[in-house]
Amino acid sequence: MMPTVAGAVPAKRNAWRPRVRRSVVTGVATIVALLVAWWLSTSVLGLVGPARFPSPEAFVAALQRIWTQGYAGGTLIEHVVQSVRLVFVGFLTAVAVGVPLGFLMGYDRRIEAFVNPVFLVLRPIPPLAWIPLAIVWFSLGDASKVFVIFVSAFVPSVINTYTGVRNVRKHLIEAALVHGASRGRVIREVYLPDASPMIFTGLRLSLQASWTTLVAAELVGAFLGLGRALQTAYRDVNTPMILVAMVAIAISGALTTILLARLEKRVIRWRAEA
Amino acid sequence: MTRAVPLWLYSLSSLVLFFGVWQGVTVLGLVSPFVLPSPVTVAERAIAMMQRPFAGALLWEHAFSSFLRFLGGFGLAAAIGVPLGLMMGRFRLLDEMVTPVFEAYRYVAPLAWVPFAALWFGTGVGGAIMVIFTGAFAPCLINAYRGARLVDKHLIEAAQTHGASEFRIATEVLLPGALPSIVAGLRVSAGLGWQSLIGAELIVVSSGIGYVMIQGQSNLSPQTVITAMLVIGLIGLLIDVGLRGVETAVRRKWEGQ
Repeated sequence: MMPTVAGAVPAKRNAWRPRVRRSVVTGVATIVALLVAWWLSTSVLGLVGPARFPSPEAFVAALQRIWTQGYAGGTLIEHVVQSVRLVFVGFLTAVAVGVPLGFLMGYDRRIEAFVNPVFLVLRPIPPLAWIPLAIVWFSLGDASKVFVIFVSAFVPSVINTYTGVRNVRKHLIEAALVHGASRGRVIREVYLPDASPMIFTGLRLSLQASWTTLVAAELVGAFLGLGRALQTAYRDVNTPMILVAMVAIAISGALTTILLARLEKRVIRWRAEA
Repeated sequence: MTRAVPLWLYSLSSLVLFFGVWQGVTVLGLVSPFVLPSPVTVAERAIAMMQRPFAGALLWEHAFSSFLRFLGGFGLAAAIGVPLGLMMGRFRLLDEMVTPVFEAYRYVAPLAWVPFAALWFGTGVGGAIMVIFTGAFAPCLINAYRGARLVDKHLIEAAQTHGASEFRIATEVLLPGALPSIVAGLRVSAGLGWQSLIGAELIVVSSGIGYVMIQGQSNLSPQTVITAMLVIGLIGLLIDVGLRGVETAVRRKWEGQ
């Protein structure tokens, strides 16, 4: 995919540049228009009541409150840190187990035959359906969140790594073997680089699933975290605070995704140089 | 490489091991039945729940009411997401307007909409449908958009020269051209929508198969929870198999042309 994109840019540069500018202008204009419509319909005209959707002023006030005084057992930073920490712990554990397992399943048909049936039984169960069982097993603390995040992030890691390894180009493996490469070298220098785009796709899906599950788990019951803030705001019918929590969830999710994309770029570039 | 042991034996041994260990640790009392009930206990519980009402209804009635809600939210997501995605693929201005808003929306985890869904549409059917919608909407739109972008521009131009209206271009050129991509998107969004509904039923909606799990959890009856999990998995699987059938049929027809 990289070469076509890189190759297309210089040829189309003249046509390409103004279009980017135009799309930025249109995008910014749309967002500004929406913000103005929000302000008009809530604060100025009062078309939408504060119990349905907050005004921008109320949103800013709620943001100030949770930032300085805190809300639902912590300040905004404390909630964010708690949620991000749980996502990372659950996600990294799932990746640390899922990627090697997926690799082995793609590498050796016997391992695939052994793991697949159990996988087929457990896979259709949506990760969120594990939340009640997690609460029975680990109560409402951190452990139950890490467990459900693990369950949700595990499946995409395994499946995509497996698919990536299965689709490693056979002639590359054969060429390496013909030239007398050891098994370790074939894995390091053929399998891993060739499968890495698929593995990263799996990691991205895993990270997304981690956030979805964490928010759900914290909404069902938690002591701290963004989902907990959201749930408390809902109980209090505090619509400004609901919106603050939603925006915080979106930004935290976006930042972790960007972090992963950076990592992917670095790894793939390293691969291209090697 | 010669294989002394056939592959299916590995598969069989894995299932035997899985259920054997599960049954073993519970029978030997290594795990409390309030933590992990044996497979036999779960099966008995499932049969009991099919015969006697639990949380106000029989097991299949809970499952069926959840499924109907799912159809409502999923249908709505497809009915809005697919046409919008097609139009975004056709008209650049619309694409440029919607994309930034859509990108921002995508980062909000679907379940984070639960509070607003409950406040706007109540904790009954309306709120649940909105949560399914927010979960299922994105893949519908993205895949319709991608599909529309892949449609051969010459076909659109040919239709225009022959005086086709925008509506006819959409329904007779864009939609059939993008159909394989759309159906693939529907499969992804069905999975996400089904999962979002379960989440909504865990959090605010007090009926349906997700609610059965919450009841089982507060009654300290893990066998009820596991029964519901299996039913949820089974319905999810059936939805996916159904849509996969549609996908295969579409692809066959599309490639056969």
